[in-house]
Amino acid sequence: MTTSTARSRSSGTEPLLRVRGVKKSFGRVDALVGVDLDVPAAQVTALVGDNGAGKSVLVKTIAGIHEPDAGEIYFEGEQVHIHSPRDSARLGIEVVYQDLALCDNLDVVQNMFLGREALSRGLLDEDAMERAARETLASLRVRTVRSVRLTVENLSGGQRQSVAVAKAVMWNSKLVILDEPTAALGVAQTRQVLDLVRRLADRGLAVIMISHNLNDVFEVADRLAVLRLGEMVGQGPASEFDSRRVVELMTTGRYSGDHDGEAPAAGKDG
Amino acid sequence: MGDRVTASDESRLERDQEPGADEGEMSAEFEQPRTFGEYVQRWWTQIRSGNSGVLPVVLGVILIGIIFQTQNTKFLSAGNIINLLVQGAVYMLIGMGEVFVLLLGEIDLSLGFVAGIGAVVVTELVQPGWGWPWYAAILAALVVTAAIGALQGTLITRLRLPSFVVTLAGLLGWQGVMILLLGEGGTIPIRDSVVNGISNGTLSRGGSWLLMAVVVLVFAVVQVLQDGRRRASGLSAPRRFMTYLQIAVVAVAGVGLVLISNVDRGVGRFQLSGMPIVLPVVFGVLVLWSFILGRTRFGRYIYAIGGSAEAARRAGVNLAVIRTAAFTLGALSAGIGGIVYASRLRSISTSFDGGTIVLYVVATAVIGGTSLFGGRGHPLHAVLGGIVIAAIVNGMSLLGVSAAVQYIATAIVLLASIMVDVVVRRRGQTAH
Repeated sequence: MTTSTARSRSSGTEPLLRVRGVKKSFGRVDALVGVDLDVPAAQVTALVGDNGAGKSVLVKTIAGIHEPDAGEIYFEGEQVHIHSPRDSARLGIEVVYQDLALCDNLDVVQNMFLGREALSRGLLDEDAMERAARETLASLRVRTVRSVRLTVENLSGGQRQSVAVAKAVMWNSKLVILDEPTAALGVAQTRQVLDLVRRLADRGLAVIMISHNLNDVFEVADRLAVLRLGEMVGQGPASEFDSRRVVELMTTGRYSGDHDGEAPAAGKDG
Repeated sequence: MGDRVTASDESRLERDQEPGADEGEMSAEFEQPRTFGEYVQRWWTQIRSGNSGVLPVVLGVILIGIIFQTQNTKFLSAGNIINLLVQGAVYMLIGMGEVFVLLLGEIDLSLGFVAGIGAVVVTELVQPGWGWPWYAAILAALVVTAAIGALQGTLITRLRLPSFVVTLAGLLGWQGVMILLLGEGGTIPIRDSVVNGISNGTLSRGGSWLLMAVVVLVFAVVQVLQDGRRRASGLSAPRRFMTYLQIAVVAVAGVGLVLISNVDRGVGRFQLSGMPIVLPVVFGVLVLWSFILGRTRFGRYIYAIGGSAEAARRAGVNLAVIRTAAFTLGALSAGIGGIVYASRLRSISTSFDGGTIVLYVVATAVIGGTSLFGGRGHPLHAVLGGIVIAAIVNGMSLLGVSAAVQYIATAIVLLASIMVDVVVRRRGQTAH
């Protein structure tokens, strides 16, 4: 496959992740009907769409929870076959699900290292883990978590989200997928989390953010990808979209006669 | 990774440098209070936010002590305190096993009779017929009880049967096995002096002092080295005076226990003093289990599963292996408790009431502060809860209160402790 058609229009470099013609059905329900998606490094790609548009299925396919019925996935220019979450983790893909998967009774350090504890002579190396956790949080400028030895049950929603994100980027990940990271948050906490999302991309990571909130999307995203009924109805630099246009794409699948899923919806009003 | 950062990204990066620079740094200064007053203040804040730790049970012990002492001045005599601790040892040991299971959010109702099986195995094997040496008999009893735990744990985790039902079957079944092994109405005396000595023997006065000194010294050295290492690597460590205060508290507690142990508690001409051997046994198990839970991956995963099994599973933790191992260690602890039980009576009989014991054992853990809902608990809770249960039983029999009233009083204490547990949990949930 040539890269000419797959080039990200905003950066001109090979996207970190390329999804081509991915199909997925559950019984008679077609969840994805030939979806293309480009996710460049160092950018936030917002994945938007109404309920049932296939956002979660697409993300779970990339994460290895679902296997696609057809289509290809390219990671760093090479075709990959992701059969399990372990495969995706090995590639450097980390997903932060909406439920965050944190243990309330463990502290921040213990959660960030859960399943990958640092050992020294066979015993937990608490000091090394605490140092690494503090460094990661500091590098992401997460300052709201005052002590890394607080148990997670004592943290606010925004702090928990920050910890979950920090946990995901700690392991040399290249692509971080965030499922509705601001869904349950108040204004100030949404602000913190969006700043954090921005910083991930600034560090060079590719970020996919699923969101229902178009304000959040336009605030933080470099690129938009709009799904409707399992079909990619528009995709391109955020500057080529505005909320009216996104809503129209989400609901009708077309805007100004443009319903080509492959090309970004042309930037007439960008 | 960073080589793809574009010019616009870099400018954004710089823009982000300015805000936040004056925000509170996550520093060692913030995490550690400076003065003793600040420590007290922080402690009080924690208690008010529902994180009371062992405070309720410690207050409970003091309250129980005051109540019984005012009714009968013998209650807090040196002899009775030691007697009470020895009585509580069985509950403490089995309770420490129950903590492993409760931490997972499961329950093991079979531990009483698993302890009974351990007691029968060790008793039978030191009989002249078998003639096993004491250490081989004890080892065999521990292997058998651990195997029982592994079997039940496998049924629970592999076949996904509820632990309540599997261990309820265990409660009935192992009682049956015990009766079969002992024969109807059978009582088997233990003639091995070492096995009987576990609960009935004492250290010499000098030996008690030596053991206490070694324990306090090791604690002090470990504590000072650990804090020093953390300070050296720039992590927050408690202020030096807090470290010394902790060591001082441990030393005072140790000296107090030895002084009490070394008072002559004999009757008439018969002299008896020194620390009962069973106390170091309980202490050793407490240290070992705390170490496994606090310093190993296995222990960390037990807490993680109790907190959120789904999070642990996604983190790659093998739930079935960890759960089965926890049930195995629980039953092994019960085996130790069973051996101590048989040793105290110098025999084992079919009148062994594992059903009541297991209820007391769950009560010890919960009274001490271990949650029935998983994720929160510590072996120390079983030891403290064991003191409460033993104090109630002992104090009431000193007062000549009927068994009926004893049961009711224990029930009230258990209910009160569960209320503390639930209230703590509710606070934790509303905190965010």
